[in-house]
Amino acid sequence: MNLVVLENTKKNYRSGEIEVPALKGLNLELEAGKFISFVGPSGSGKTTLLNLIGCLDQPTEGKIFVDGTEVSGMNRKDSAKFRGDKIGFIFQNFNLIPVLTVYENIEYPLIMVQNVPAPERKTRIDQLLAKVGMTDQKDKYPAQLSGGQKQRVAVARALVTQPKIVLADEPTANLDHATAFKVINLMHEMKNEFDASFIFATHDLKVVGEADIVYTMEDGQITKTEKRGE
Amino acid sequence: MKNIIKIAWRNLMRYKRRTLLTSSLITIGVALVIVFSGIGNSFKSEVIGIITNSNLGDMQIHKKGYVGSIDNLPLDLTVTENNLQKIESALAKYPQIKAQTTRIRFGGMISNYVQTTSMRFTAVDPAMESKTCTALTGRIKEGDNGSDTFVAPGALVIPINIASGLGLKIGSEVVLVATNKDGSVNGMSFKISGISENILGPQGKDGYMHIKDARELLRIEDGSITEMAIKLNDLSAMSKVVGSLKKDLEQIKDEVTGKPVLEIHSWEELSPFASIAKIVTLLILVVRIVLISIVLISILNVMMMSVYERIGEIGTIASIGTPPIKILALFLTEGLLLGFFSAMTGNIIGAGILTVIRITKLNFIFGNMQIVLSPEIPANEIIMTVAIVILISAAASLQPAIKASKMEPVEALRHV
Repeated sequence: MNLVVLENTKKNYRSGEIEVPALKGLNLELEAGKFISFVGPSGSGKTTLLNLIGCLDQPTEGKIFVDGTEVSGMNRKDSAKFRGDKIGFIFQNFNLIPVLTVYENIEYPLIMVQNVPAPERKTRIDQLLAKVGMTDQKDKYPAQLSGGQKQRVAVARALVTQPKIVLADEPTANLDHATAFKVINLMHEMKNEFDASFIFATHDLKVVGEADIVYTMEDGQITKTEKRGE
Repeated sequence: MKNIIKIAWRNLMRYKRRTLLTSSLITIGVALVIVFSGIGNSFKSEVIGIITNSNLGDMQIHKKGYVGSIDNLPLDLTVTENNLQKIESALAKYPQIKAQTTRIRFGGMISNYVQTTSMRFTAVDPAMESKTCTALTGRIKEGDNGSDTFVAPGALVIPINIASGLGLKIGSEVVLVATNKDGSVNGMSFKISGISENILGPQGKDGYMHIKDARELLRIEDGSITEMAIKLNDLSAMSKVVGSLKKDLEQIKDEVTGKPVLEIHSWEELSPFASIAKIVTLLILVVRIVLISIVLISILNVMMMSVYERIGEIGTIASIGTPPIKILALFLTEGLLLGFFSAMTGNIIGAGILTVIRITKLNFIFGNMQIVLSPEIPANEIIMTVAIVILISAAASLQPAIKASKMEPVEALRHV
């Protein structure tokens, strides 16, 4: 079964009086358990596509199914619940909550979104902290961490809810070469470990190099599909 | 909820200077309300105490129409002996009544055989009067100020300015001339037995004499009086007692016309200070409104800034899947915590200032009265202030909190 299905999905943005098409009738099927990368120049529609898959935005036309559920047309409350249950997010700017420690940042979605009981929370967080190599830093606040450490925490936070999909928009854009490489490796390991699909929007060739499937986008359309290892 | 409070508290502490400034503003406002309310209420009760305990009593009963012509102290509007007995049996049903006294009030001319001046006299039974107006004898500065003996038959208590004006001392002999209700004039000689402070009436021209002498001077042969003053155990019961007594007194009717013959008035209806007391109450209300405005504007400002500065963060928590209601709760809690802790600090500071005022016995002169402030910590005011601040904090935080909870995550994330 396909994890994500887009049927003739269009997204237009309004800029003053003018409607600007960001996605032009996309038809797409994404398989589960893959490391998928969308590449393309700025304004090609990568982020828009990720926002639609992540139920952060609604398409202007067409249907979107994620894990068998139609998410196009979902109301705010249901889409928030759906995101909390099925989707993890990794952002370019890490987006950790500055007033919470590393441990509390990872714990946040378990308390505020999924209401996971305390003992299970602790098990999951300790396990993830160990996997991302942040156990020693768990009591630090985001401001006390390097960019790479912040992104590792963000990876842990995205995975702690045991999502089906992790969406990552330019996750290595603010990292130096070596750190970016480590973070990509970490995400690769996590994908295998947690059986989650990773979908990236990126310019970074390191990420592209690790992907199982690379979709090239231009002007709101997919112009090239490259499947690795086939 | 614990986690929402934790995050809200940390967000407040994140902008320490701003939180401290806003909190200080609310704290000062709350402390001001508590101090102003404590001092205002203390001032009111002190002055009310002086007025009611010195000569007015907590309430008074007269023949209908008497208070309307009280400036003339009419002797034709008297409560008859028969009606007085009926009043006394009605009052016996009220355990809230501590004491009562009967009076004859009239105007007359006092002379030292050289000079003559007008005066107003209240003729009383000294024992009954002392029980009803407990502070009266304390205001007699010279002569006999015994509670049962401060005016004996044949003696007068006069205010100090009359004594100075006429050159009178304790033991001086005077002649008092008065017109009775039939229009005939009578005179009697008296000795000055006491000189009191001037506060007891308009222009300080009110004196005291024994009720038996007044009956003789005014040729009142029955037991009629012009006024009955009543003292309650607790002044706060006044409205209830006045209301109830009014109904009882309406049952005492004129035998010919069948209409009620008596009227009852509380001290508030008899003393001009009631207006000042109302102004003090109004001022406390104004200070409360100022506090509400301070809290509303401060918290609204802080929370709007907070939401604006954290749009990206709101986008993050929304995209993670935080339900809109929890985002609303996060910001609402922030405003409530700020309001609650500021109100509590303000209450503690306000109570502390009132305690210092009480210990130092701050005093000043108001009119002719020496007022010693002894403010109580107003428990009701403290509870009400906390409730108002919490309510206004919630109201002020609600709009920014709703705005935060309704933000589209995708729009909010663009602010990162």
